[in-house]
Parts: sequence; structure tokens; C-alpha cells
Amino acid sequence: MIQAFALLLTFQLTGETLRVALHLPVPGPVLGMALLLVWLVVRGGPGDDLRHTSGTLLQHLSLMFVPAGTGVMLHVGRLADEAWPIAIALVVSTVLGLAATGLTLHVLTRQGREASR
Amino acid sequence: MNTDSMTEIWVYLSAQPLLWLTLTLAAYLLAIALHRKAGGHPAVNPVLVSVTILVALLSLTGTPYQRYFDGAQFVHFLLGPTTVALAIPLHSQLKRLVAMGGPLMVALVVGSLTAGLSAYAIGALLGASAPTVASLAPKSVTTPIAMGVAERLGGLASLTAVFVILTGIFGAIFAAGLLRRLGVKDDASVGFAMGLASHGIGTARAFQISEQTGAFAALAMGLNGLFTALTLPWLLPLLAPLVRP
Repeated sequence: MIQAFALLLTFQLTGETLRVALHLPVPGPVLGMALLLVWLVVRGGPGDDLRHTSGTLLQHLSLMFVPAGTGVMLHVGRLADEAWPIAIALVVSTVLGLAATGLTLHVLTRQGREASR
Repeated sequence: MNTDSMTEIWVYLSAQPLLWLTLTLAAYLLAIALHRKAGGHPAVNPVLVSVTILVALLSLTGTPYQRYFDGAQFVHFLLGPTTVALAIPLHSQLKRLVAMGGPLMVALVVGSLTAGLSAYAIGALLGASAPTVASLAPKSVTTPIAMGVAERLGGLASLTAVFVILTGIFGAIFAAGLLRRLGVKDDASVGFAMGLASHGIGTARAFQISEQTGAFAALAMGLNGLFTALTLPWLLPLLAPLVRP
């Protein structure tokens, strides 16, 4: 578990270093994810330790958003003042984004799915 | 024990990172238990329930957010290595992802522009202030990218984090049902849409549906983060006339 964790941190650190060195607009962890993917392709897959540790972390992905989410208490004033524009913009744009993405991919891949049936 | 010594213990503990770290985990475990009890109903979202419990506790005890975060930052930190860990499910679905490369790229461009530009335009047309609108635009992408993009556009980083998380919770609760109603039921399209429109919280929900759905969500989250970071700072100034002066 510690080995796998050290590996994840090493890839995050590498991603972070690249981001700063090359002034990239993408966060270090996302670059680290891409680099780990390349490493897994080269290695032919993750070992049991890495698979297990990642599985545990990903199972609790929701937990990692709790501290930032609690920051909602800092913005109660603004959220109350602009409640309607914010609520409508968030809900409508998220529904539009979901529908646009889902329908586009669904329609574009329909032929493939029908052919494989 | 008298009230004075109780107060003393409270004053000591409430200033230590240990207390709020422990309470963050406790709130989450309670939220997970409630989620299970509700038969995994998406409305009993673990992030929503945990945040509600913690905000109530912090308000009741008059604890400032900064002191809370001194403890909770250790959990917040795990977001980094966990994002890196998303490479593992991506790797296990790699063949399918590569085979669908073309359609995925088209869906990425269409979905990302729709989500980002519509949030900005709707907020602006309804009269939200300029910093609020700039903080709304990147709300579909993962927190660190969204905060960076919002700051470059004149938004507020911490407000953006709140919009990102509200969007994630909304997506986690309603996405699957909404897509089903539109006739979108295959795991690739459902997962990709959830990850694109509601980032990590949508991805966490997608993994509950199936590992395949989760892998497509993780991919969409990464791609949309990248695409948004590269395009939104250039595109939004075109819509700036919509914002009230």
C-alpha cells in the first residue's frame, strides 16, 4: 500500500514539476494521471498492490470533495444575493452539457453498437 | 466535570487539526451509511450530506472555515493522488477508448463548449455580477483547473470551487435519470456525459453504475479539464458584452 501510494505521489510530483517548468495550463495531478497511463501501457498493466490501493482511493473519491465543498459557508451572502441567476445558470447549463455530450456520443456510436449486435 | 473544564477542553481541541479531520471522516462515514440505507438513491449524495453536516457543526460552534480547513486539508490533499489513480480504470478500458477516439473527440468539443458557454451566457443574461459569471463558466471541470481558469477570467477561486461542487452534486443526482429519458443508456455515453458535465463527483457516481461507466467518466473529466483550460480563456471575452457593467 505504501509502495503504491509512493508511486502515485511520484507521478503527481512529476506532473507538478512539468506543469511549473513548461508553464502548462493543466494541473499536476491530471498530467500525473496521463503519465501513469503511459507507464501502465509500457508495463502492460498495474500490479496487485497498485490496483488495490487505487481501488480503495477511487471508492472514496466523494470524500475528497468534502473539505472544498464545506467552503460553501464562506459564500452564503453572495449565493443568497444572486441565488436565482446562479441556480438557473448552474442547472440549465449542466443539463445542456449532459444532453449535448450524451446525445452526440450516443448518435455517433449507434452504428457500431448495431453492427456488433 | 464542570462547565469550565469542558470549555477549556473544547477550546484546546477545536484549535487542533485532529478534531476537524476526525469529524470530516465521521461525517462522511455517516453520509455513506445513510446512502446505503436509502438503497443507494442518488439524491442522498454523500458529498451533499457530509457538507450539510459539517456546515451545521461549524455554524453551531462558531468555528471559522479556515480553522476547519487546517484539519480537513489532509483529506483535501488526497484529491491529488486519487486523480493520478484514475489512470488505472482508464488503462483497463484503453482498447475501447482508443477504438471510439473520433466520436469521443466530437462529443468532447460539443459538450464542453455547451456546458461552459451556456453557464456564462445564462448567468450574464439573468444579471449576475461579473465575478460570479466568470466563476460560473468553468463549473463543469475538476476543481483545480476550474479555479485556475476562473482566476484568469476575473472570477473568485473559492466561489468557483463551490460552483464546481454544486454542479457535481447536481450531476451525480440527476444525470443518469435525465440521460435515460433522452434514450441514452449505453455505458460509454452515460459515463462520458457524467464525467464531462460533472467532473469527479459525477465520476464517483459513474463508478457506482459500473467500472466501464466510471472509466469513460474519468476520461471525460481529464479531457474536458484540458480542453476547457485551453479554450475558455480565449472564447469567453467574445461573450463579455452580455455581462452587466
